Amino acid sequence: MGARDYIGSLFLKELLQGLIVTGRHFFQRKLTIQYPEEKTPQSPRFRGLHALRRDDRGEERCIACKLCEAICPAMAITIDIGEREDGSRRTTRYDIDYTKCIYCGFCEEACPVEAIVETPIFEYHGEARGDLYYTKQMLLAVGDRYKERIDADKAADAKYR
Amino acid sequence: MDAFRDWLLSENVLGAAFGLVVWDLLKIIVLLVPLLVCVAYMTYAERKIIGFMQVRLGPNRTGPLGLLQPIADAFKLMFKEVVIPSGANKGLYVLGPILALGPSLAAWAVVPVADGWVVSNANAGLLFLLAITSIEVYGVIIAGWATNSKYAFLGAMRASAQMISYEVALGFALICVLMVSQSLNLTDIVMSQNTGRFHDMGLGFLSWNWLPLLPLFVVYFISGVAETNRAPFDVVEGESEIVAGHMVEYSGMAFALFFLAEYANMILVSALTSLLFLGGWLSPVGFLPDGFHWMALKTAFFLFMFLWIRATFPRFRYDQIMRLGWKVFVPITLVWVIVVAVWMMSPLSIWK
Repeated sequence: MGARDYIGSLFLKELLQGLIVTGRHFFQRKLTIQYPEEKTPQSPRFRGLHALRRDDRGEERCIACKLCEAICPAMAITIDIGEREDGSRRTTRYDIDYTKCIYCGFCEEACPVEAIVETPIFEYHGEARGDLYYTKQMLLAVGDRYKERIDADKAADAKYR
Repeated sequence: MDAFRDWLLSENVLGAAFGLVVWDLLKIIVLLVPLLVCVAYMTYAERKIIGFMQVRLGPNRTGPLGLLQPIADAFKLMFKEVVIPSGANKGLYVLGPILALGPSLAAWAVVPVADGWVVSNANAGLLFLLAITSIEVYGVIIAGWATNSKYAFLGAMRASAQMISYEVALGFALICVLMVSQSLNLTDIVMSQNTGRFHDMGLGFLSWNWLPLLPLFVVYFISGVAETNRAPFDVVEGESEIVAGHMVEYSGMAFALFFLAEYANMILVSALTSLLFLGGWLSPVGFLPDGFHWMALKTAFFLFMFLWIRATFPRFRYDQIMRLGWKVFVPITLVWVIVVAVWMMSPLSIWK
């Protein structure tokens, strides 16, 4: 440390420079996003709550191939298969445990019929552990309720796939 | 006010002896209640100002602009359980926070907030302050020891070493103030800054102590930051190293008392800096009246500095704190004591 550095530190030169930096930030426009009222823009690829989709006839798309269950790295998906009255192969049980799910989107990637998709919905909660165990009926309900939104998001993202 | 005092002390109301006690208690309440409100809102100011410096908004949900935040915090802490660890020394564990808060409030007894607005206009006010503020470290040490935890004990060790080191520099800075004002009474110290050539020219702020004692003014304030264990001298708490130091096992109101003590100390140091170096309630220019508002303004400025410093600088390393205290501040203050002494004896003295 030379003599100049000593004098500089004695007169708090660098400390004052630091204070000026924070002082300037004090008057800057604040970047806080006030969440419930304001929200950040969301990508159509956002991976949130799952939904089971239906086709144009209102029939469930899922063909019970079990690929999503096989690829799920967190083993959050549980599927049982059965034959419906009309002889088609369907799931008798399709559960997603959200306490396990890591929202990786592999299930959506694996699905050959685009039945299981992840929606941009992230504002859901459960007050007990069991509330986060979604059954087939619940997942189909999500798909029915947000049909337009899911379709729009998938259409927006389709050309990049 | 004097009429009310005479009425209180008169024979047919309370009598001289009992009346005086009631009168003093009233003065204490009038001083402490606003002080504790200031302490509560200091926590709000800290979160808000540091938030602003980090380009975010800070608390703004509880009440308009988040103004009810300190009250919500206080309610939460009051209803929480004070957990006493099974390995702790129960008596001392409870005594710790009391010993931390007690002295930091007791010190206000001799601090005048405006001309004559003081609980006790003691002649040895400055001496009383030095004595009382030295006791504060016992609260920290006792809390750290009684908790029977490694982190708490480390915090207490650091606190004792740091506070004792910086008290030396603080003491030397005060000695110079004593020398130039020839008094230990805080009101006299302020009034002694109300004279001089610049004061007669109407530029009172140039005849305050801060200009002739500039190095001591800086040393005093920085030592004050170190004494109150505030960032960047917060190795005692050191959230990222020893969790919260002596406060690690405390919860609820006992934890809150430590924080009250810390903020009360910050306000005390700020008030003292403005009294000793910036002329307390004196107006900076001749054409504006003196008064409490100047004292409040100067204290608020130093409190803002506390927060500004905290938002700016990273924490000192422990050996750097010791180096700064012993190898920088003590020599500077010692030299300046001699400089001021020679200056006062020379024909160039401005304190005649």
